[in-house]
Amino acid sequence: MTEQAADRSPEIGGRALKRAMAKAQGRAKRRAVLLVAPLLLFILITFVAPIGQMLFRSVHNDGFSANMPALAAWFAENPEGTMPDEAAYAALATDLKMARENKTAGTVGTRINYEIGGTRSLFTSGARKAEDLKPPFARSVPEMDEDWADPQLWQVMRTASSAYTASFYLAALDLTRDADGHIVGVEEGRAVYVGLFFKTLWMSGLITVLCLILGYPVAHLLATLPLAKSNLLMILVLLPFWTSLLVRTTSWMVLLQEQGVINNTLVATGVLQDDNRLAMIYNQTGTIIAMVHILLPFMILPLYSVMRPIKPHYVRAARSLGATSWTAFRRVYLPQTVPGIGAGALLVFILAVGYYITPALVGGASGQLISNLIAYHMQDSLNWSMAAALAAILLAAVLVLYWLYDRLVGIDNLKLG
Amino acid sequence: MKKLLGLTTAVALCAGAANADVTVLGWGGAYGRAQTEAHVKPFQAETGIKATMTDTDNPAAPIKAMVEANNVTVNIVSLEYADVVRLCDEGLLEEIDPAELAPAPDGTPAEEDFLPGALSDCGVSTDVWATVFAYDDTRFPNAKPTTISDFFDLEKFPGKRGIRKGAKTTLEMALMADGVAADDVYDMLETPEGLERAFAKLDTIKNQVVWWEAGAQPPQLLADGEVVMSTVYNGRIFAAAMTENKPFVTVWDGMQYEFEVYAIPVNAPDMEDAKKFLSYATDTQHLADMTKYISYGPTRKSTAAMPMLWEDGITDMKPHLPTSEENMTNSLETSFEFWVDYDSELNERFNAWLAQ
Repeated sequence: MTEQAADRSPEIGGRALKRAMAKAQGRAKRRAVLLVAPLLLFILITFVAPIGQMLFRSVHNDGFSANMPALAAWFAENPEGTMPDEAAYAALATDLKMARENKTAGTVGTRINYEIGGTRSLFTSGARKAEDLKPPFARSVPEMDEDWADPQLWQVMRTASSAYTASFYLAALDLTRDADGHIVGVEEGRAVYVGLFFKTLWMSGLITVLCLILGYPVAHLLATLPLAKSNLLMILVLLPFWTSLLVRTTSWMVLLQEQGVINNTLVATGVLQDDNRLAMIYNQTGTIIAMVHILLPFMILPLYSVMRPIKPHYVRAARSLGATSWTAFRRVYLPQTVPGIGAGALLVFILAVGYYITPALVGGASGQLISNLIAYHMQDSLNWSMAAALAAILLAAVLVLYWLYDRLVGIDNLKLG
Repeated sequence: MKKLLGLTTAVALCAGAANADVTVLGWGGAYGRAQTEAHVKPFQAETGIKATMTDTDNPAAPIKAMVEANNVTVNIVSLEYADVVRLCDEGLLEEIDPAELAPAPDGTPAEEDFLPGALSDCGVSTDVWATVFAYDDTRFPNAKPTTISDFFDLEKFPGKRGIRKGAKTTLEMALMADGVAADDVYDMLETPEGLERAFAKLDTIKNQVVWWEAGAQPPQLLADGEVVMSTVYNGRIFAAAMTENKPFVTVWDGMQYEFEVYAIPVNAPDMEDAKKFLSYATDTQHLADMTKYISYGPTRKSTAAMPMLWEDGITDMKPHLPTSEENMTNSLETSFEFWVDYDSELNERFNAWLAQ
């Protein structure tokens, strides 16, 4: 009571008021934080933490360093360029013996095998034979298998001897280190990722543009029709939206394949020769068609929500002042729909960039996206560090585009619904 | 951190199976059904131990996640042979003592009864499956494809071909079709020239290929008339021919076979029950039961000697199994050693080749 009375004393009125304000606001803020805390916690546990942990794998892989301590120590003591000497081979032999005991030879070999094909069995068989190795190791180890003397192998082991590595990012950009440790491009027959990144961005861009061209008139129609009719039309937009993704994708297979509905109709009506059927699926075309259809609602819905409140008076006023219908559209209507276009385009583009099931099913060889290779590394090759590196690059690319969008259009202009 | 990842990845899997004592993680589809009918259901009925089947795309990935997160929720997992070797080397699977497995009915110990290679340090093979090619009989009224070379012969047998989108089995097939003897295929693939030769052979049909990924796709592609012939898992195409009366003919020439394996992840719950299930499901009778539902060959000599009939009770399964002698005349056992070593490298090359 006395304190509060002192605060209210006229001498320090302004400051006291401020303090009281801050106190009151602080309480409100804390209460607000408490209110969102469950959601925040939920997002942290189920979203931020696992994704962060996954992305961490792209720079951290201790498969080699944790299981080959003696060799890692030798690498730490001897600078890059040192030829492996007796001490190095002795360390290798000790570590192989230990890997045999701890059953970690597979883990070690897997890590090296990511960078040099065929080395996994070198480690597993090396560990099996390590028991019989006799000094001098510089001779007995390469005698076991001459690949042990390969300078490229030693270079890779050196990079792998630190748990933190850029190797996976290099590999994800079609780069590698040569025997001297210089960063060089991989041989031509193995470069996959960079081309696929650009293709993914390009195809996502194309899909976004197609969705905009198809979605804009539909959204306009929805927004301007009388409510009864527009509701019916809205159901036609939402029905496919609610239908399972797989069902929609397989329906496209039925329609587009060479013995499918469209080709059969064209052949039956004589437009096409029977041996000249169109290849519309299991290629890039198929991916684009199916993805445009699947992502179309994500364009229409934000557009619709922006167009609905636009009063028809503005365009009418423009026309009455002498604007042609094109000018009225371009100068009056279109600028008012930009927040919707931005939101729709951003949604469609970001979803398209990460799409994976549809291209996997209808993409064939040419319709693959980078996400298909991320899935491959997650599920088949079990090289999660590589999957993480590819995913991180994709995420970075999307964030850059998001930033660009913010600079060009302004994120405040976004209207999602 | 690791726990969190495990939680999120494993939550979906364990939700349905939290109380089961034996939980089998398999591939689903026709194969999963065969395991359920032949192993899981009878096991529960006979022993009273609750057993459940869950499925996923490739069980190797969730197993790796579960073990690394120290939150293993399944105790039997169905894996490809190469994955068993890989995961076993990384210490993610329990070692299995062959003495704990059921002997043959005549008393032969399991170790001698199983086919050579069928028992590995961490796994017990349940069946032999094969990648073969099959064609639609109605599309070739005159000459029929009979050899693996015919698969690549666009002049004699025009039309699209289905091939699995992946390096494994595809490269071997190309070399065998090019006249390389089965014994030399892997030595050849280790050399740059051999690899070149495989891709060159694939180049000859590249623009006529429809690539598939899921095992269910090739029978569908054949049924739709989208392809005239396709590589396919022999069990899938047999099931489609039998149950849906499709005119699909299997060509065994150049077939590639490998083992499918049951394994136990390390730190799995209810280890005793899991081992009981493993011994039960891989005994002579229950391996034979599986051929009732899927045409994959048994891995025990004592099972191969038993009569095996399809679900319908009349079709003799022996001519339809990859392990039958007449089907094995020109065949290749998939080398897990080779693929464990070269999987990533060759798939990179394969993907680059596809994108060209």
